[in-house]
Amino acid sequence: MNSKKYVLVLFLLMVGLVLASVYTPTETNYESVPVNEDKNISASDVAFHKMMDVLTHPRCLNCHPSDNVPKQGEDSHPHHFDIARGESDKGFEATKCATCHQSENNPYSGAPGAPHWSLAPHSMRWQGLNRFEIAKSMMDTERNGDRSPEEIKKHLTEDDLVLWAWEPGTNIKGEPRELPPVSKEEFISAVEEWFSNGHTIPSQ
Amino acid sequence: MKISMIVNGEPRSVELADELTPLLWVIRDMLGLKGTKFGCGKAACGACTLHVDGEAVRSCSYPVKFAVGKEITTIEGLGDAENPHPVQEAWIEEVVPQCGYCQPGFMMATAALLNKIPNPTDEEIDDNIINVCRCGTYYRMRKAIHRAAEKQQAITPMNQPTNTK
Repeated sequence: MNSKKYVLVLFLLMVGLVLASVYTPTETNYESVPVNEDKNISASDVAFHKMMDVLTHPRCLNCHPSDNVPKQGEDSHPHHFDIARGESDKGFEATKCATCHQSENNPYSGAPGAPHWSLAPHSMRWQGLNRFEIAKSMMDTERNGDRSPEEIKKHLTEDDLVLWAWEPGTNIKGEPRELPPVSKEEFISAVEEWFSNGHTIPSQ
Repeated sequence: MKISMIVNGEPRSVELADELTPLLWVIRDMLGLKGTKFGCGKAACGACTLHVDGEAVRSCSYPVKFAVGKEITTIEGLGDAENPHPVQEAWIEEVVPQCGYCQPGFMMATAALLNKIPNPTDEEIDDNIINVCRCGTYYRMRKAIHRAAEKQQAITPMNQPTNTK
């Protein structure tokens, strides 16, 4: 590098440093992300959030609609062909869930399937609720089908339709469906821990 | 493996290597009943609709292993030229088909509907008959479904669903 270029680069560097010192950013329109300083978060709360990470995933929410229309896919779009809940949560009189969905995934057509494929009853509508509201709904006997905590735990950890979330098969393009963000074993462990610790819902 | 079932009233057995083979392929390629059509292969269009124990299913998405021991009814078993089902009669009288490819599926879906709801409203037809017709014969089909309901009720008193053949 010749001396003229060296002087020019040095000059631009100095100008940059001066400008940087004058225009130090002070305020922006963005709010900083709040940092949770609470280091005493309980094991039960950790288990709660791990459980809710799954229950708020489309694999679960798609069948807990708030508008009677089952949802499909990771984007939770309305089920094609105007399929809806029907009176039995299993579709319409002659065109039922079982018209296309059997008790196991179909690798040829891409139609997913599991035992008692159906929507959760209308009282168990979760879409649009946050994780705390979902948990309250899940534990509320007025909305959960009068199930006891033990029965809810059993549903979450043993029901084939719930556990299908970890074996969702492939879609109509042959692509694997997205899994919940927590493994089945971790989820079951978290559910059992949360219930054994009194199934307390953390404050929002 | 050997798969046995009742097809249009007749006991039928086939030998298969893959129990997940769609029932549609067994019906068409192994039993030679070509009335049931392959459309999308994804349980979406309904061209492959037939009845399993009286319930409409999309046979392209129905593993044959689930059909073992069950009664399968295809469009050939619904009725024939000499003894057509009320749905088939109505279809002919309303001149429903255009290209015709999807029509067996529609007729099977309609027959299943009329067994559940003998006199369906337009809304009930819209809810239950969700097959796809690329010729757009939906308007004629709606008329035919109402006509078929009238015909079937003339044969069978209201609220007593007919059995398919």
